[in-house]
Amino acid sequence: MRDPDAPRLPSSPGFWRSPLRGPWLTSVLGLVLLVGITVLFVTGLVSYAAYNPNLSPVNDKTPDKGILGFYLFAWPTSPHWLYRLNQGVHVTLGITMIPVLLAKLWSVVPRLFALPPARSLAHAVERISLVLLVGGALFEFVTGVLNVQLDYVFPGSFYPLHFYGAWVFFAAFVVHALLKMPTVLRNVRHLREEKNDLVSPRPAEPTVSRRGALGFTGGASLLLFATTAGQNFDGPLRRTALLAPHGGVDPGSGPNGFQINKTAVYAGIDAAETGEDVWRLVVTGRTGTVRLSRTQLAELPQHSGALPIACVEGWSTSDQWWRGVRLRDLAALVGHDDDPPDVFVESLQRRGAFRSAALRANQVADPRSLLALHVNGEELSSDHGYPARIIVPAAPGVLNTKWVTRMTFRGL
Amino acid sequence: MLPRRLTRPRITLGSPVQLLLLAASFALAAYAGVRLLADDWFGVALWFVGLALLHDLVLLPLYTIADRAIVGGLGAVRRREWTPYVRVPAALSGLLLLVWFPLISGRVDRRYRTATGLQADVFLARWLLVTAVLFGGSALLLALRVRRAAQHRPPAAR
Repeated sequence: MRDPDAPRLPSSPGFWRSPLRGPWLTSVLGLVLLVGITVLFVTGLVSYAAYNPNLSPVNDKTPDKGILGFYLFAWPTSPHWLYRLNQGVHVTLGITMIPVLLAKLWSVVPRLFALPPARSLAHAVERISLVLLVGGALFEFVTGVLNVQLDYVFPGSFYPLHFYGAWVFFAAFVVHALLKMPTVLRNVRHLREEKNDLVSPRPAEPTVSRRGALGFTGGASLLLFATTAGQNFDGPLRRTALLAPHGGVDPGSGPNGFQINKTAVYAGIDAAETGEDVWRLVVTGRTGTVRLSRTQLAELPQHSGALPIACVEGWSTSDQWWRGVRLRDLAALVGHDDDPPDVFVESLQRRGAFRSAALRANQVADPRSLLALHVNGEELSSDHGYPARIIVPAAPGVLNTKWVTRMTFRGL
Repeated sequence: MLPRRLTRPRITLGSPVQLLLLAASFALAAYAGVRLLADDWFGVALWFVGLALLHDLVLLPLYTIADRAIVGGLGAVRRREWTPYVRVPAALSGLLLLVWFPLISGRVDRRYRTATGLQADVFLARWLLVTAVLFGGSALLLALRVRRAAQHRPPAAR
């Protein structure tokens, strides 16, 4: 069976024998990635803006971003599911795109070994750019996939790595898309049957058609989608997310049973600090400082609203029914009657990146923004932030500070 | 001795538009790259290049060899047409393992459990279950196909 003339080196075109490789397959996969990765990049930038990094250093994990933050804007509070949708799309689509990325890389692998390494200066520079393209794509997908599984093995903090890595990758991605677009369109439209270096000169007997291979890639994407997307919904849909980090079941039952990002134990909350006799909310503003016990907070006008918890990791809950004091009422309590300013919120939390967070004036002013004491008709559980937590429409989960102890209203 | 200019290889420039586009791309990549490398330049560079090498020189050869083993093995027992029934469930199961390896392997067990309040040991069982369903479904389809082929085969053929 063995062919004695078979090329031994991957630099020889005859080494690569799959009859599937060719310009059509690569072009179709490239077009899918063009759409998918563009959506991933845009939703990623939107997610970054949702943290309001320009508002306060505590919200900003990338203080040296420079012009890369050129597009930042005051994050809105409507629609209240904005962050939930954006982040659900970002993470779910990213996971769904993995088979397409792998198939695309497989389809062009002979070129990695092609000789001569460069035909011209422009070609040499393009190949260097491909290091950023392939390395960048894998870096973005791998850091994202690891982060949602809480596997923090990457070299540094997730936010700067994923954000700056995205820009390096996207720089190479845009120019790659521009340079390849004419070829891709020609191949897909079949105006001219192109034979290029990807077509094996000594193809093996096919075991599957090109359409079959494309169908398999799509099926793999569909499988990943079907076992991931459900982690954005409560109830039976969550059970369909078999392998996603927040799929399957809820951590508890009853009103406080919904998904938790970080438990009280993980955050280092000591029950002795949250007791009725000990815990006080310290509110500071224009007219000074007010200290409120939980009973006093409960005597202030209470308001309700249905809002979701949506995490950067791409999972979310359906709307929960929160009840508590409006943030703007708390601002009014310390002298900001008409025009509430920004607020700096601090938690009892000992560890973790977002134990303090800043909210912008528009978030404070929204009547749905609460310092919640109750959820779904019951006291908050310690894992959901007892004695009191922030809940703001459309804000990323970590900005909805739990175990709040201090709120400082001022222009940040 | 040949004149000096004839011994030097000719370097062609290529498309100037392409060079300009690439220059712009490198400028932006450098601006972000400086910031990406600011904290742990060696670690990040290692990850960037290492992931590309790991994919091209380890992952891709590994699944290629596995696929050839399937095709070759079935070919040796003259069942080459069964290839997709083994290849598809194996590839899908492998893909799920690749993506969700930290959860399935249990390497983040403790952090996952204390952070989320969820059970961490369910993922291995779920992955095995999905794998069983994939292979089981595939076997069922193959059995149907073999049966249909046997029914349609003229009696004289054998």
